[in-house]
Amino acid sequence: MSMILTIASREFKSLFISPLAWTVLAILQCLLAYLFLTQVETFTLIQPKLATIDGAPGLTDIVVTPLYGNAGIILLLVTPLLTMRLICEERRNKTLSLLLSAPISTVDIIIGKYLGILGLLLLLVFLITLMPLSLLIGGGLDLGKLAANFLALLLLVTAFTSTGLFMSTIAGHPTVAAMGTFGILLLLWILDWSASMNDQRSELFEYLSLLRHFQNLQSGLISSIDISYFLLFTATFILLSIRSLNNHRLQK
Amino acid sequence: MANLIAVDHLCRYYGKYCAVNDVSFTLAKGEVLGFLGPNGAGKTTTMQMLSGNLAPSSGQIKINGFDLLDQPNKAKRSLGYLPDTPPLYKELSVDEFLHYCAQLHGVAKNTIANAVNNAKERCGLGTVSHRLIANLSKGFQQRVGIAQAILHNPDVIILDEPTVGLDPIQIREIRTLIRELGQDHGIILSTHILTEVQESCSHVQIIHQGQLIFSESIAGLNQAMNTGSLQVTTRWTPDTSVLRAIPGVNSIENIADNQLRIHYSAANDPTRHIAETIIAKGWELQELTPVKKSMEDIFIALTRDSER
Repeated sequence: MSMILTIASREFKSLFISPLAWTVLAILQCLLAYLFLTQVETFTLIQPKLATIDGAPGLTDIVVTPLYGNAGIILLLVTPLLTMRLICEERRNKTLSLLLSAPISTVDIIIGKYLGILGLLLLLVFLITLMPLSLLIGGGLDLGKLAANFLALLLLVTAFTSTGLFMSTIAGHPTVAAMGTFGILLLLWILDWSASMNDQRSELFEYLSLLRHFQNLQSGLISSIDISYFLLFTATFILLSIRSLNNHRLQK
Repeated sequence: MANLIAVDHLCRYYGKYCAVNDVSFTLAKGEVLGFLGPNGAGKTTTMQMLSGNLAPSSGQIKINGFDLLDQPNKAKRSLGYLPDTPPLYKELSVDEFLHYCAQLHGVAKNTIANAVNNAKERCGLGTVSHRLIANLSKGFQQRVGIAQAILHNPDVIILDEPTVGLDPIQIREIRTLIRELGQDHGIILSTHILTEVQESCSHVQIIHQGQLIFSESIAGLNQAMNTGSLQVTTRWTPDTSVLRAIPGVNSIENIADNQLRIHYSAANDPTRHIAETIIAKGWELQELTPVKKSMEDIFIALTRDSER
């Protein structure tokens, strides 16, 4: 356990030694702040009209849900870039042998690496959450729905990261890992579109789609199906990564 | 006492290619084992298997009594490994890196600072503690690699070509360090430089095409090297049959007109006899130089033996 934390904290600190983590945090925060403010402006413009409608969407629906939805899409683009170096770079720089010859298991290595990079993404999710929380100064929020959105993005990020980690474990080059991760994630993201285009919907595709489960959670409906989907998704890719790193010793 | 390393019938295949074929040996405390061989002989593959980086195709490795496959963490606890490319995180400073390595190897928290200082001192890294590894010269990087391997005071230290890229003074320091460490650890050292083995090792193994063809103590190696040669130049053409008759001379090669190479066995050094004969016969001795045996000579002799 302590080994996992050692590796995770090293990974996390290394991210902040390079400009990478700072750049990602700064740029994402700028982009999302812009989207957030546009959304807030839209709300102030249509607020008088909304007041006349019964059961109209509130501040949370108009500002918070789109913000987290956009954050999900942006993270779909950014996570592969963050995770691509995890194992791949270690192997290329031959530093992997340091970890492999130390008295730590491959499980420790993979989970440590995973938690390290997840730390950065969690920080990102917290920073995003500060934006809607700032609305509390001047208005009221549906805090339950905000929590649901927060949970949805959190689970989405854990799933994205596990896919990135797996691709980084099997790929020979970081760009290949990034491209592979992006491909898998985007496919799973848009799987739902093809299903909804026809009249007959494919239940399998709908079930596999990341977007569908993400939106279910975002709507405030916290169902165990969606949560277990994300947890299973994450666990599968982590197990595959451990397996693949073990295989690394068997053949070369 | 128990062996620190016991390797039993180790084999490794890459596809159909057999890189290491049925290698068995043991290493006891206080031994420095030199692993010699030309490029591609299987040295690095063996080292990687010993350090747990590569799973053997068949065979067993025990480190300090623990099987490397069944109890990898216990076995690796007594292992320090320097691969052929030192595994360094270039974005860290020397101190940060060694600290991290100490944590990875499970050095107790309150002794980490001590262990790091000790390793830095032994490898002469005191002056560069706070510099980034990326900015260090190749020699210093190599030393950081060695520091990393001896940091946690392991029983077994495996060094894969530790003196590559070092200047002659550093090489001498590292060899001294290896001899020092060898007193209370077991060390395996791979190299393709014969003098390195002669200077720092107590035992030597030669590997060729994945097979151990020679496994002896240093005295045994010297025994195997008991043939020497002389390069002789004379003014007039000598009669080789007379020289060949001198006791101890094994064979004579003609290099140039008046230049000969005389091979002899060290047990019966005929150098003085040869010089006296040449002068007595009036061939006028111009040069008499002992030719140092190189790794290649021994190697060729041994491989020829093993093929026979």
